[in-house]
Amino acid sequence: MLKLEGLKKSFGGVAATRDVTLDFADGSLTAVIGPNGAGKTTLFNLITGRFPIDSGRILLGGENIAGLSRREIVRRGIGRAFQVASLFPTLTVREALAAAAQAHQRRETAMLVGFPTAAAMKHADEVMELLGLTRVAGILSRNLSHGDQKLLDIGLALALEPKVLLLDEPTAGMGPEERWRMIETVQRLWRARGMTLIFIEHDMDIVFKVAQTVRVLSYGAVLAEGTPEEVRRNPQVIEAYLGKSAHGAAEGAAA
Amino acid sequence: MTGRWRDLALAGAGLVILLLVPLFGAPPAIRDFIMFGMAYGLLAMSLNLLIGYSGLVSFGHAMFFASGAYAFGLAMQSGKFSIPAAFALAIVFTAVLALIVGAICVRLNEIYFAFLTLAFQMLFYNVILGWVSFTGGDQGLMGGIPRPKFLGIDLADRTQLYVFCSVAFIICIAILRQLVTSPFGYTLRLIRDNQERAAFLGVNVPLVKLTCFVISACVAGVGGILLTLFVSGAYPNFGFWTTSGEAIFMILLGGSNVFLGPLVGTVILRLLNDITVTYTSHTELVLGIVILILVLGLRKGPLDLIAERLENRRQAAAQAVRDAADAGAADTRKGGS
Repeated sequence: MLKLEGLKKSFGGVAATRDVTLDFADGSLTAVIGPNGAGKTTLFNLITGRFPIDSGRILLGGENIAGLSRREIVRRGIGRAFQVASLFPTLTVREALAAAAQAHQRRETAMLVGFPTAAAMKHADEVMELLGLTRVAGILSRNLSHGDQKLLDIGLALALEPKVLLLDEPTAGMGPEERWRMIETVQRLWRARGMTLIFIEHDMDIVFKVAQTVRVLSYGAVLAEGTPEEVRRNPQVIEAYLGKSAHGAAEGAAA
Repeated sequence: MTGRWRDLALAGAGLVILLLVPLFGAPPAIRDFIMFGMAYGLLAMSLNLLIGYSGLVSFGHAMFFASGAYAFGLAMQSGKFSIPAAFALAIVFTAVLALIVGAICVRLNEIYFAFLTLAFQMLFYNVILGWVSFTGGDQGLMGGIPRPKFLGIDLADRTQLYVFCSVAFIICIAILRQLVTSPFGYTLRLIRDNQERAAFLGVNVPLVKLTCFVISACVAGVGGILLTLFVSGAYPNFGFWTTSGEAIFMILLGGSNVFLGPLVGTVILRLLNDITVTYTSHTELVLGIVILILVLGLRKGPLDLIAERLENRRQAAAQAVRDAADAGAADTRKGGS
């Protein structure tokens, strides 16, 4: 579904992404891990067109989308949620999701009808149902709890019915119990929508339990990839990411 | 849908009230006050489409007020156009002007947008001042604006002019209302709140901003046309930066988060202006003090304050719904384990 070939990106001489080649199969659930500064978020920024790449190709279903605008990339089916929830503070959950849905339905510049259109509302209701946001439908985004803000951030991406969904640390800033609830929600929507889902995660318990495949980045390059089992046993990964103590890694110590 | 019928009914009621004023033999001073209020009200309301709904703080909005006024006045003085044709021509001219200025400005952020719009306004103002043979320079369009009859309507008659302006005013307000309650209006709010994220939802941010800028300019242009019809002339100060500043004051005085806030602000500012001019020679001083009190004391327009109270109540209700749902979910979890 999504293929990255020889992706390179430097910021003022610092190589943030060095020759990344990855293949994300259709309908797969992948975790991207790596130490801080490994280039995980940068990779998402390159895929979604926030920054232009220096060289390489980004293939979505065979089509090279590198160099397209953020908007065109979104319209081709790559959705994204952010590490720090990126929301619309003065809109309620329902309004924000309906506005996202109408953008997806190419109705965002319609002037002669009322907001929200029935189609957008229906779509927003489905997303709220899927994510358990119906209970906060009328609350302004800025008044939501941290966990609900993260959910809404995912919901905004989901309203675009993406083929590929990129989640940048969906569990960031959450307590242990809340993390598991969030990751269960992520798994549930992945199954429900059958899309290709890629998430960045620091909690190794979650990564090894949930992901089908794990991609490890270090210093902007791919250090290892494989099933959770393979990655867990990979000596390079243990050294670079999980620390020298293999024992600690086996116990799933978070970085 | 019910909201739209209610809005239409309110627009109709507003028109009826406006039209009843001359019937009841209101003194000319009141009618004049309303006419000025409608012209400046359109300026402030259209500016709030940019400031309040889209987060585009323009300091140069009066340019389009003046462009509507001058284009209409010049077209009428040429003697080649009927009033409807000149009206349409003035709007088209304003739209083209806004398209050019907007295309250059809308990609800039906040302070740069504000200053560039201000700069374009000063440029426009100086063209009006400098091109004496065409615009009359600092004397304005002299010699009156001819108002030939069209379709049996005679705008030289004060009452008919009043009715014409009232209808045009209500139509513009209805258009603005439709706009802010449409999908497009909510896309504007997306951009105001978080344009980066709006782009990631597939919104063409610059294009939406430009569209909003042009529509807003056209409504301001209609305000200028109404003023030109009313005072039978056009003057450079229509497009001076202080006129833009007044429009911003009107928004501050009323409130930017309530649809009719700027209109209320227009009434307040014009009342303050008329009263202070009558009783003192320190108009600016009094205005300045009132605005200081509002900004420092309330920190927002009076209508915004009321709207915020209502919103807080709605939010408390919505949060109660959530808390009840969460408590229910917690009980189920406990019961299950």
